[in-house]
Amino acid sequence: MISRQDVEHVARLARLALTDAELERMREQLNGILTYIDKLRALDTAGVEPTSHAVPLVNVMREDDNRPSLPQGEALANAPDRSGEFFRVPRIIED
Amino acid sequence: MRTIHELTAAFAKGETSPVAATEAYLARIGSLDARVGAYLTVTSEQALAAARASEARYRAKAPRGPLDGAPIALKDVFCTRGVRTTCGSKILEGFVPPYDATMVERLKAAGAVILGKTNMDEFAMGSSTEHSAFQLTRNPWDLSRVPGGSSGGSAAAVAGGLAAGSFGTDTGGSVRQPAAFCGIVGLKPTYGRISRYGLVAFASSLDHVAPFAFDVTDTALLLGAVAGHDPLDATSVDVAVPDYVAGLGAGVTGLTVGVPDEYFGSGLDPEIERAVRAAIDVLRELGAGVERVSLPTTEYGVATYYLVAPAEASSNLARYDGVKYGLRVPGGKDLIEMVSRTRAAGFGAEVKRRIMLGTYALSAGYYDAYYGQAQKVRTLVRRDFEAAFARVDVLAAPTTPSVAFRHGEKADPLAMYMNDVYTIPASMTGLPAISVPCGFNAAGLPIGLQLIGRTLDEATLLRVAHAYEQATPWHDRRPNVE
Repeated sequence: MISRQDVEHVARLARLALTDAELERMREQLNGILTYIDKLRALDTAGVEPTSHAVPLVNVMREDDNRPSLPQGEALANAPDRSGEFFRVPRIIED
Repeated sequence: MRTIHELTAAFAKGETSPVAATEAYLARIGSLDARVGAYLTVTSEQALAAARASEARYRAKAPRGPLDGAPIALKDVFCTRGVRTTCGSKILEGFVPPYDATMVERLKAAGAVILGKTNMDEFAMGSSTEHSAFQLTRNPWDLSRVPGGSSGGSAAAVAGGLAAGSFGTDTGGSVRQPAAFCGIVGLKPTYGRISRYGLVAFASSLDHVAPFAFDVTDTALLLGAVAGHDPLDATSVDVAVPDYVAGLGAGVTGLTVGVPDEYFGSGLDPEIERAVRAAIDVLRELGAGVERVSLPTTEYGVATYYLVAPAEASSNLARYDGVKYGLRVPGGKDLIEMVSRTRAAGFGAEVKRRIMLGTYALSAGYYDAYYGQAQKVRTLVRRDFEAAFARVDVLAAPTTPSVAFRHGEKADPLAMYMNDVYTIPASMTGLPAISVPCGFNAAGLPIGLQLIGRTLDEATLLRVAHAYEQATPWHDRRPNVE
């Protein structure tokens, strides 16, 4: 069972500022879903290799050439806040 | 409403023109889409400009091919240069991509006319399109019911005659299920067959670009136009693309159709079972062999999917942080508070639930029990299919356990997830799978037959689907939304 403290911890990891009501509903719903998912534990997977991708993929290489990239103005055009040629964000480092 | 191949053949003969067709579709959208709710953005000006360019090519007797001038719709998950792309989310409400997705580029190069961007479950998470942050989409066969999801807007647009064809994405069934609910064709090709460059990511090991159409011929045309290797998508496969339309008429003689026992268990609507078994009888009468097969891990599919997909989503959606694009909720005392408030305000309940589930499944102490175990079960699911395809060429099964349900009927998240039970296994294995109309229930709601094929063998899948379609009347039926 996932506890209220677990839910709060996961919300912090996921950077979601949830309200008390949301945290409580999330605890109930995640418990319901995880109880269902627990059926997977019944399967014996000893010695089974995991599948991370539907088709086998190896490293895909290309030449390290210069190519045109997005112009700065277009890259910044969707920014919620900017300063000159930079994205502007709230303070990160303490005084 | 005409199919794409009928429409563009009429352009070539001069019976009608791309501009006239585009104007007719835009007029229909103008008068009917308030009722259906398929579109989030209608790009009338761009569509008419593209139609005029197409018309000039026909006049010069130099059309680019059988999609030239075809009016189509795109799920609002594909980046379109200069056209708002929301993913059905408040967090991307004002996002205007600076580039086109590869599949959009290829459609434009083929001459297609893009009518607009369609509604969807937020970030493609859902099976009813009710998780859109913006509007409800209604099923053209019964406006009180959902069109399915997550690509519900694209499915409803085609079924309602508001586009001649469309594209969605299929991660756990998000094209096949709405195709079944709306009585049209939906094809999820092999994983990697269509480039995903410019597709907003949900679950990267599961996301597929996938077309909707009135019939199998149009589906083959749409697939052929966008399939093929793309150096900008490292997961796209570098394998030649056959002429899918040319192979459609080869019939089913000599092919063996497998019928998986586990897809006909409890929970399947008896009317759907009857329709699907009748469809398999049609394939037998057309000359196919039919064999029972077993896919024992089917019952673990939903549980596996709802670990893998949320885990990948929690990582992919970390990019929505209020910094580079999209919503920002200002006023936080520091960066983390700004990011956390932005995400809380910008994401809807289902997206938050999946981010939480995925973050939990990947977090320290739980990884092996959840995500690790799910990846191993994924191997078992793949082995089931490998064993079946050693004996048969294609599998036949229902697309969904129920017909289209009513808005609000599946309020419990787990009940909604269970609707994907028959579509998830082909998603997790990357196998090509198609849903084609195979009848109607007593209430007049469409039923879908799902065919699943071997890796990269869309050609056989389309050939079987086409043989079935040509032998049955279902694809000619259209709902009346007027």
